[in-house]
Amino acid sequence: MDTIYLDHAATTPVHPEVVREMVGCLEKTYGNPSSIHGIGRQARRLVDQARNLAAQSIGAKFNEIIFTSGGTEADNLALIGTAFANRNRGNHIITTSIEHPAILQTCKYLEINGFDVTYLPVDSSGRVDIDTLKKHLRDDTILVSVMYANNEVGTIQPIQEIAQLLSNHSAIFHTDAVQAYGLLPIDCEDLGVDLLSVSAHKINGPKGIGFLYAKNGVKFTPHQYGGEQERKRRAGTENVPGIVGFAKAIEIMMKKRVENFHRYEQLRRLFIDTLNDRGISFEVNGDLKNGLPHILNISFPETNVEQMLVNLDLEGIAASGGSACTAGAVEPSHVLKAMFGAHSEKLFNSVRFSFGYGLTEENIQKAAEKTADIVKRLTS
Amino acid sequence: MIYFDNSATTKPNEEVLDTFHKVASIYYGNPSSVHSFGLQTEKLLAQARRQIASLLNVGESEIYFTSGGTESNNLAIKGVANQFRNRGKHLITTKIEHPSVENACEYLKKDGFDITYLPVDENGRIHLDDLKKAIRDDTILVSIMHVNNEIGVIQPIEEIGSLLQNYPKILFHVDVVQGIGKVPIDFHKSQIDLATISAHKFHGLKGTGALYVREGVKLTPLLHGGNQEKGLRSGTENVPGIVAMAKALRLAFEDFNQKRHEMEKIRDYLRHELIKIDQTTINTPEMHIAPHILNFSVEGFKAEVLVNTFSEKQLYVSTTSACSSKRNEPSKTLLAMGVDQKRAESSIRISLSYENTIQEAERAVKVIKSSIEKLLPVMRGSI
Ligand SMILES: Cc1ncc(COP(=O)(O)O)c(C=O)c1O
Ligand SMILES: Cc1ncc(COP(=O)(O)O)c(C=O)c1O
Repeated sequence: MDTIYLDHAATTPVHPEVVREMVGCLEKTYGNPSSIHGIGRQARRLVDQARNLAAQSIGAKFNEIIFTSGGTEADNLALIGTAFANRNRGNHIITTSIEHPAILQTCKYLEINGFDVTYLPVDSSGRVDIDTLKKHLRDDTILVSVMYANNEVGTIQPIQEIAQLLSNHSAIFHTDAVQAYGLLPIDCEDLGVDLLSVSAHKINGPKGIGFLYAKNGVKFTPHQYGGEQERKRRAGTENVPGIVGFAKAIEIMMKKRVENFHRYEQLRRLFIDTLNDRGISFEVNGDLKNGLPHILNISFPETNVEQMLVNLDLEGIAASGGSACTAGAVEPSHVLKAMFGAHSEKLFNSVRFSFGYGLTEENIQKAAEKTADIVKRLTS
Repeated sequence: MIYFDNSATTKPNEEVLDTFHKVASIYYGNPSSVHSFGLQTEKLLAQARRQIASLLNVGESEIYFTSGGTESNNLAIKGVANQFRNRGKHLITTKIEHPSVENACEYLKKDGFDITYLPVDENGRIHLDDLKKAIRDDTILVSIMHVNNEIGVIQPIEEIGSLLQNYPKILFHVDVVQGIGKVPIDFHKSQIDLATISAHKFHGLKGTGALYVREGVKLTPLLHGGNQEKGLRSGTENVPGIVAMAKALRLAFEDFNQKRHEMEKIRDYLRHELIKIDQTTINTPEMHIAPHILNFSVEGFKAEVLVNTFSEKQLYVSTTSACSSKRNEPSKTLLAMGVDQKRAESSIRISLSYENTIQEAERAVKVIKSSIEKLLPVMRGSI
């Protein structure tokens, strides 16, 4: 049976050119970038090139990129690092109730350590409200972390406006751009953020590598101590093949970003149109106009998400109930809960379809048709 | 080309590469996903965990994957400190640990912990008496490396483990990054609670490692998020890297004794030949040493100059450990052993792998001899 992978927000297939690049690096440039001999210097050069490209991809400077083991580490480093380093200035942190667990769980950890965290609500489209943020902003707020775009429903947050609001406040501004990176244009200066997290495996790069953008001058303590790698901000032998693979993925992404954006918009439209043609009832969660085009979160009234997922899987369609990163557990989504309240049926009947590399219109049409069939079967 | 810098990092084994290539190309699902793509990778992950556990002779539930040796060391040390800070704030380690242990401890010092750095003798070994004397009521962790990365000396891990049996509240962490697959170690017999490994030191990939955590030992995580690795280490798992690590470890353990003896033979040959050069002193002791590391000094030479000269002739060795090579600081292990500053500054580390041959060693000796001869007049002139 042909399987159709519609879970690109959980993770993406590694681009064949990325794998090729990594294998080449593993065969030829296996040195330790900290070694001063030729083999080490070759590896250092590759890491430098990758850092340049990563910086370029978000309008940052070379030394503002810190490679990490992924989005989770970038988020942890951003939050824990700045919170503890800036504790003398205050103890209040603002985030949203729809962040990825890498942010939410880290905030819980900070709460245990005595920080005061405000979780902003969102409206039913999943957006935070600037005025609400303004109201919660205090003199002792040291950090604001708002994700660029949500991983479950795709809703894009008003990052630039938030940055403007914060421009005359001393709070450090972090955004988790793990889902947005690769589809939305990002220029850190224009955006006005101080810290920004990215993960390679969401853009057809390898797992286990990501980066944190940290604007020059932002004060934070490292998470991992040891050698002097990443200018003492992240110790540990650099994951050279991972970084090289990541760079390749960034290179491809930069060429294809705009094209992909429009392509996924079309695929999303096609999926919705096909469901409509089949006459089933459904509602889109999130905001089609102001959302990432590769994420389509749909509520199917009178169905049950687990039943849906099992049936989809049997038909060879891989979709998800929320974020995959809440390991294993199919718990009601905290994002949908924030959008619709704890008692909404949507918490129990919504499925996330997410698009990416390699998908054809045919795939989407077929997947939507099968989805419609399943819904019909389950609701008849 | 002769690559004799295997303690800095190793070249991935070909079979390991094939494994990585295959898993990265085909099995891309997120192991946390509930659909078949996710289940497939979850299965691979479980299999890798089982393999690694069985090679280390521990339970599969005791293996936690990380991004490498540095993270594992930080997780062990900061994890214990944060978990048990109410019980006590005293840690014991040695003066010759890798920076990822030392600097994690230095960080804790700023956080109000008290750290005892045990001295080593002229052979690079700690004394059990010193350890015993250092233990206090508020000691929560003893962290001592297995094989030192700069000179290759082995610490008396089993004896330390036995001693610590008298102190059931103290946890025992061992950085086995350099020793694994080269020097036999039995985690149970040595009563180890936590042990760090890193794949790129045994022909696996950079960016993957593991922490052994004995069943029942609780740690505060470093990374918070999706609760992967039973909540101890959040973040999407690097499945291709992990599966490749399992493969690399299996290969390292295959014909273990033969590989070890081969490396010992090469090391002893090098020792024997290098000692004949007028300007050299061997810094690696003769006893309690790993098969793959040989540290020597060349009198009157800055180590960097030699490393670069060798590098031009495609012989790759290192000054001290790669992580600190850039700092131009002399080996702290040698200083701790009582070696004088000058000799420490001229120290060079050769580190072998099971892929090296005696022929390479013969060629290396020639390169070393001829380089010293060629540079000698220059160096003399500059003094
Ligand atoms: C929005 C967001 N942040 C952070 C992460 C975590 O990144 P990683 O899987 O690289 O740890 C993810 C995905 O898992 C995500 O979707
Ligand atoms: C003894 C020892 N511990 C820890 C490490 C750190 O491991 P990694 O390079 O995987 O961060 C190294 C190597 O750099 C080492 O030699």
